[in-house]
Amino acid sequence: MMIERFEEITTEEQTAVAEHDHTVKVCVAAGCLSSQSDQVLDALKNGVGEHRGCHVKGVGCMGLCSQGPLVAVESKTGAKSGSVMYQNVKAEDAPDIIQSLGKKPVARLELKTNVPFFQRQTKIVLENCGEIDPERIEEYIAVEGYQGLLTAVTELSPIEVIDEIVRSGLRGRGGGGYPTGLKWTTVAKMDGPTKYVICNADEGDPGAFMDRSVLESDPHRVLEGMAIAGYAVGATEGYIYVRGEYPLAVERLKIAIRQANRLGVLGSKVCGTTFDFNVHIRLGAGAFVCGEETALIASIEGKRGTPRPRPPYPAEYGLWGKPTLINNVETFANVPAIVRKGGAWYAGIGTEKSKGTKVFALAGSIQNTGLIEVPMGMSLREIIFEIGGGVPNGNCKAVQTGGPSGGCIPADYFDTPVDYESLKALGSIMGSGGMIIMDDSSSMVDVARYFMEFCMTESCGKCVPCRVGTVHMHTLLNKIYKGEARRHDLETLEKLCDLVMNTSLCGLGQTAPNPVLSTLRYFRHEYMDLLVDGAEDGRGATAVDAQLLEAQS
Amino acid sequence: MVSNTRKLEPPSDDKRWRIVVGTMRRNGFARHSLIETLHTVQESFGFLDEESLHYVAESLRVPLSQVYGVSTFYHLFSLKPAGKHTCVTCTGTACYIKGAPQLLAAIADKHGINPEETTEDGNLSLLTARCVGSCGLGPVAVVDGEVVGKLTPDELLARLQEVMDHHDD
Amino acid sequence: MKRQTQARIITLKIDGVDVAAREHETILELAQENNIFIPTLCHLDGLSEYGGCRICVVEVKGSNRLFPACMTPATEGMEVITNSERLRLYRFSILDMLFSERNHVCSVCVSNGHCDLQYLSAKLGMTRVEVPYLNPKVDVDASHEHFIMDHNRCILCQRCVRVCGEIEGAFTKGVMGRGVNTRIIHDLNGAWGDSDTCTSCGKCVNVCPTGALVEKGKSAGEMVKRRDWLPYLRLMQED
Repeated sequence: MMIERFEEITTEEQTAVAEHDHTVKVCVAAGCLSSQSDQVLDALKNGVGEHRGCHVKGVGCMGLCSQGPLVAVESKTGAKSGSVMYQNVKAEDAPDIIQSLGKKPVARLELKTNVPFFQRQTKIVLENCGEIDPERIEEYIAVEGYQGLLTAVTELSPIEVIDEIVRSGLRGRGGGGYPTGLKWTTVAKMDGPTKYVICNADEGDPGAFMDRSVLESDPHRVLEGMAIAGYAVGATEGYIYVRGEYPLAVERLKIAIRQANRLGVLGSKVCGTTFDFNVHIRLGAGAFVCGEETALIASIEGKRGTPRPRPPYPAEYGLWGKPTLINNVETFANVPAIVRKGGAWYAGIGTEKSKGTKVFALAGSIQNTGLIEVPMGMSLREIIFEIGGGVPNGNCKAVQTGGPSGGCIPADYFDTPVDYESLKALGSIMGSGGMIIMDDSSSMVDVARYFMEFCMTESCGKCVPCRVGTVHMHTLLNKIYKGEARRHDLETLEKLCDLVMNTSLCGLGQTAPNPVLSTLRYFRHEYMDLLVDGAEDGRGATAVDAQLLEAQS
Repeated sequence: MVSNTRKLEPPSDDKRWRIVVGTMRRNGFARHSLIETLHTVQESFGFLDEESLHYVAESLRVPLSQVYGVSTFYHLFSLKPAGKHTCVTCTGTACYIKGAPQLLAAIADKHGINPEETTEDGNLSLLTARCVGSCGLGPVAVVDGEVVGKLTPDELLARLQEVMDHHDD
Repeated sequence: MKRQTQARIITLKIDGVDVAAREHETILELAQENNIFIPTLCHLDGLSEYGGCRICVVEVKGSNRLFPACMTPATEGMEVITNSERLRLYRFSILDMLFSERNHVCSVCVSNGHCDLQYLSAKLGMTRVEVPYLNPKVDVDASHEHFIMDHNRCILCQRCVRVCGEIEGAFTKGVMGRGVNTRIIHDLNGAWGDSDTCTSCGKCVNVCPTGALVEKGKSAGEMVKRRDWLPYLRLMQED
C-alpha cells in the first residue's frame, strides 16, 4: 500500500534529520548557482567531513536572489539553536560557517530574517522552496508530498476533486485569471477516451522567473498537481512544456519524473489504483508566442508555434485534436495543497474574487530583488516598500506588471490591492507575476518602446495587424523617443494601438499595445515633452534636447 | 501520429549522429518529435546545416519546407555555426533597466559586432536572450555557458578578453 | 467541410436579416449563401481556413470582441453585424498594413486589374495609405521554368502553401522566419527552379490573390487567374 510506503519514507527522513544537530542548506537554484553556490556547497560538504551531527544539502530558492549565494543553518542544540541565514557566501567562508555551528553565528555574513521580506510572506506554492532537496523525492514525501494525489485517487471521485478546486476559487496564474475549476469541469465533461493535461512552463515574460524557481526548487509539486488534474479530468498523458532556456529546471524535472515513476506515484497504476498517468517533457525553443495555448499545442506537435483562432478552445479541441487541459506551473503548484487542506481553507486566503496567494518576481530598481509569495489583496505599497525594501535612490516612479501584455502603474496608485480586477482597472494585468520597479531615471517612452520591440520580434507573423502593426508602432515610438515626432504621429500611434488590440488573432497581439496605452494614460506628458510640437505653447523638444537624447540612448 | 520504424543511414559516421538517432528512436520516429530532434542536432553540432535538415526531414518523413519553417521560427535554432566563444546578453526587462543596452554598446564598440553576429575571425559571437531568468542579478550575460551577473560594461569586456585569451594559450 | 446529413438548423440575424444555418456553418459561408458581402483575403473556397488576414472580422451583438467570419461558427440567436463604421475603418487599416508591408506597385504589376487586394481596396473605397511604407528589400525568384515568385507583392495569406500541401500534396511551399520577416519558401529555402518536390502544377499561381505568383512572359495587367477547379478538387477528395 502506498500510504504505508509514504509513512515508511517519512519516518526514515525524520530519523535522519533527528540524528543531526545541524542542517546546513545551500541554495542551488539558478540565481545562486550563477554566483557559484555549487562551490559553496562543495566546500561545506568537504568541510563538515569531520564534523559529526551536521548535514549539508542543496535546496531550492530562498527568495532573496540579489544577496546570493544564500545559506541557511538550522541548529537544534548549542548556544544558538534555531536558524540563521547567511548572504553573499563564498567558498572561502565555509570553514567559518562550520566553526560557528552550535556557537555564535558568523556576524559578517549574517542576513537578518526578522525583516518584512521574510515575515510578511504567506507561502503555499513556495512552501518547500529553500527547505527540501529538489532532487530527492523522499524529502518531498516527508513534507506531505503526494498526499494530495494519494487522497484524490484513493478516496475521492474525479467530480469531488473538481468540486474542491471550484470551492477553492483558484484562478489561472498564467495571466488571464480564468477560473481553474471551470476549466477542469469543461474538460472533464468532454467525451472520449483520450484527453491530455499540459503544464505551460514556457515562462516568457522578460523579467519573470517564478515558474523557473518552482521547477528548480520543488518539481514534484508541479507533477503532483498535474497528476491530480489528470485524474480529475480523465487524462492519462501529461506534457510539460518548458522553456529551452531553463536547462536546470529540465534536468530536475527529468530526475523528479524518474523518481516518481519508480515509486509508483506516476506512470501506470498510480498509487496502486487503476489510474495511469505518464508525464512527458517537451522543450520550447525560444518563442514567446508559445505561451499562448493554441501556439503551445502546435509546438508540442512539432510545428511552428503559431496560434489559431478560438473557439474551438483546447478544452474541446486541443493536442492532436483531443480535449486538453492547459494550466501553468503556479496553478498546478497550488493544487496539491488545495486537495490536502481543502478548498475552503484556500478560499479563506486572499480577496473576494481573487483567492489564495500569488508569487511575484521583484526586479528592476528595488532593494530586495527576488521571489516572494503574498496573499492576494496586499497593496503594491506593501509589496514594493515593505517586502521589497523600496527603491535604492528613493524615487520610485512606477511598477510594470504583466510583462509585454501588461502596463505601468504609477507610484500614486500604490495603495491599490493586488488582485486580477484591480490591476485590470488600472490598465495593467496580473500576468504571470513579474514586477519590474522603475525609478525616476527610467523614461516611460523608452519602456514602451522596449516592450514594443519585444512584441515586434516575437510576433509570429500569422495575422496582419500584429505582424505589421507592431513594426509601425515601434517605428513611431522610436521617432517620438528621438524627439523627431509631431502630434499627428502620436495620433497615428493611438489609432494603431486600437487596431492591433481589436483585430489581432491571439493574446500576444491583442495585448501588445498595453504598455503604450498605460504609459500614455499615466505619463502622457513624457510623450508630449518629446514631440516637436508637443508643448501647449507650441514649443517642444528642441534640436538640442534631441541631440542629448541621442547621446544618452 | 503515424510512427515510423524505418531507419535511414546518417550522412556520415560521425558519432554525434548516434545521439540524434537516439532521440528519434525514443520518439518512435514520429513527426511530432521534429523540435526535439532539432534540439539534439543543435546541441550535438552547434547549429543546423542543410545536410542535417535533409537527414532529419527524411527520417521523420516531414516535408523539407516544414523542417525549414520550424528551424527558422524558433530563436534557439541556428542555421549558422557560432563563433569559438559566445556571449549571450540578457535583454529581459530587469536587465534592460539595469543597463543591458550599455553592455551591447560596449561590445559593439570594442569588437564591432551587433547582436546575432560573429566577429570576422570567428572568435566571438554575440547573442541576446529575451530573459535568462536570473533577473535578481541584472544585468546578466552568459559567457561560454557561464552566467555572470551584476555586470558593468568594463567587467563584461574584461571577462570576454579573459575567456578568449585563455583559449588562445 | 459541409455535410448534408441531418444537421440541426439554427436561426440568427446577419445585418438585421433573419437567416437559417446548418450547425457548424461559419458566418462567412452563411453570408455568402445570403448574398451578404464580407471582404476576404486569406480565405478561398476549397482550402482550409487560416484566419490570418483579419479583413473579414465582424461584430457580434453582446460582445466587444471582433470575430473572423471565416472561422466563427454561427450559433443560435446570434446577431452579426458585417458592415459598421467601426469595421469599415478597421478594414481600411488592415489594407494600410498590407500595402505598407511590401512593395505593391499596381501600375507595373502583371496582375493589375486582376488582383484581390486591389479589387478589395477599390470596393471598400480606400483612397490612400495612412502609414509610411516599410519599403523592404525582398527578392524575386524567377528560377522556375514557367513561374515567378515576386515577394514584393506577397501578402503572406498562405493560400499557395495550403494548396500545395492540401490539394497537390507536394508540400514544396512553406513559410520561414516569423513576424515581419516571414517569407514564403520552397523546400529548404532553395531556388524554386531547383526544387525536387515541386510538380510544376501551377495551382499556387492560380490561387495567389496578388501578383506574387505569376506565369512567366506576362506583361502588366495580363495575368488572369483561374480558380474554378479548386472547389471540385476538394469535393472529389472528400468523396
